[in-house]
Amino acid sequence: MAKIHVSTTVNGEPVEFLCDASSSMLDALRGPLGLTGTKEGCGTGDCGACSITVDGRLMCSCLMLAVEAEGHEIATIEGMAQGDKLHPLQQKFLEMAALQCGICTPGVLISARSLLEKNPDPTEEEVRFGLAGNLCRCTGYDKIVRAVLETAAEMREAAR
Amino acid sequence: MTDIRYLAPRTLDEAVGAFAAAAGGARILAGGTDLLVQMRAGVAKPGTIIDIKKIPEMTAIEDLGGGAFRIGAAVSGAVLAEHAGFRKAWPGVLEAVNLIGSKQVQGRASPGGNLCNASPAGDSVPAMVAAGAVVTIQGPNGRRELPVEKVPAGPGRTNLTPGEIVVSFTLPARPKGSGDAYLRMIPRTEMDIAVVGMGVNLVLEGGVVKAARVGLGAVAPTVLLVEDAARALIGSRLDDAALEAAAAACRAACKPINDKRGTIAYRIKVAGVLLKRTAAIAARRAGGN
Repeated sequence: MAKIHVSTTVNGEPVEFLCDASSSMLDALRGPLGLTGTKEGCGTGDCGACSITVDGRLMCSCLMLAVEAEGHEIATIEGMAQGDKLHPLQQKFLEMAALQCGICTPGVLISARSLLEKNPDPTEEEVRFGLAGNLCRCTGYDKIVRAVLETAAEMREAAR
Repeated sequence: MTDIRYLAPRTLDEAVGAFAAAAGGARILAGGTDLLVQMRAGVAKPGTIIDIKKIPEMTAIEDLGGGAFRIGAAVSGAVLAEHAGFRKAWPGVLEAVNLIGSKQVQGRASPGGNLCNASPAGDSVPAMVAAGAVVTIQGPNGRRELPVEKVPAGPGRTNLTPGEIVVSFTLPARPKGSGDAYLRMIPRTEMDIAVVGMGVNLVLEGGVVKAARVGLGAVAPTVLLVEDAARALIGSRLDDAALEAAAAACRAACKPINDKRGTIAYRIKVAGVLLKRTAAIAARRAGGN
């Protein structure tokens, strides 16, 4: 059966790609779109390594069909930094060494940004709940949570 | 998997037509948080996927006034949570819907999918049963309505007939003094499947229960409406004797399985405990309304 043509927007840029009806958005990102920053962990929506936003809403790209991207705005980890300028969360994760092997990190960052957009002043519990859909096999959760809280404090200060 | 067809109809008639024409070879796609996992595991092998999210009725939240709402079957948990009016009228239904999976899953998962997946442990279903939600269904023979508790037939099975699609949930108007709540017991603190799920919906007048509905999940092949528990609460001031009678009714309704999350004895005991705790939250909310 012929491939399906999809027109969408990824990180602000209009893009087109071809896919099978059964391809996931994750397959399309890592395949035809060549955006391999989004990782595949479980492929069943449990681990959050493939987190993206669609029209600003957090989702697992493994639980979305690529054809569903038609006409929507996709944001991935590749769009998080502005050129050479890292997003404050990325900068803080480096400063505080809030990563170990790094496979979960893109998903954690996308999730954390989504959390801080909705709640710029989260409690530790809110951060832990907000990131509960992102599993870290290295179990480095404490540094991740502290880095998110620290970033939130700095972003609030910068916004004053 | 290469010969799958993807359809995204704009109208319900087109969707029903395609679904019926596929004669069992099609699956409905709302959030896909169950379907895509089943396809990956090889459990579901649809020839056609019918995405219903481009049908306006499927994704609409309609405020019908007086606390009554119609919710499209494909509305995601995240979208429902942002509706201030719904949050105020039905906090118990909302907390149940929002317990389905992570923030990522909430971006996609819908109450319609939760109902049609027909897990006995689906979190939104006991709360919808307690709310007295009525499900609108459309199929090749037209539209019909069913109380939500009549939809599940057993684990993974529903009473929908071939070609029928769940369109929306209608929640009734809220009299003064109404409150609902949902609690579940899980072995972890988050991101788990209910061992027992409990929805309670109360209407209080001067501290006396005028109306009550109790929905009980994860302790039988389907989510249950526990009418005996509601009868024990109605007319009472939620005193200890009434609560114990309602808890006993819940325990009596249980026909649970033994599994790694909980034994039969544990699930039965917890059902009674959760009735009391959930009723207390519903009563507190009713007092504020």
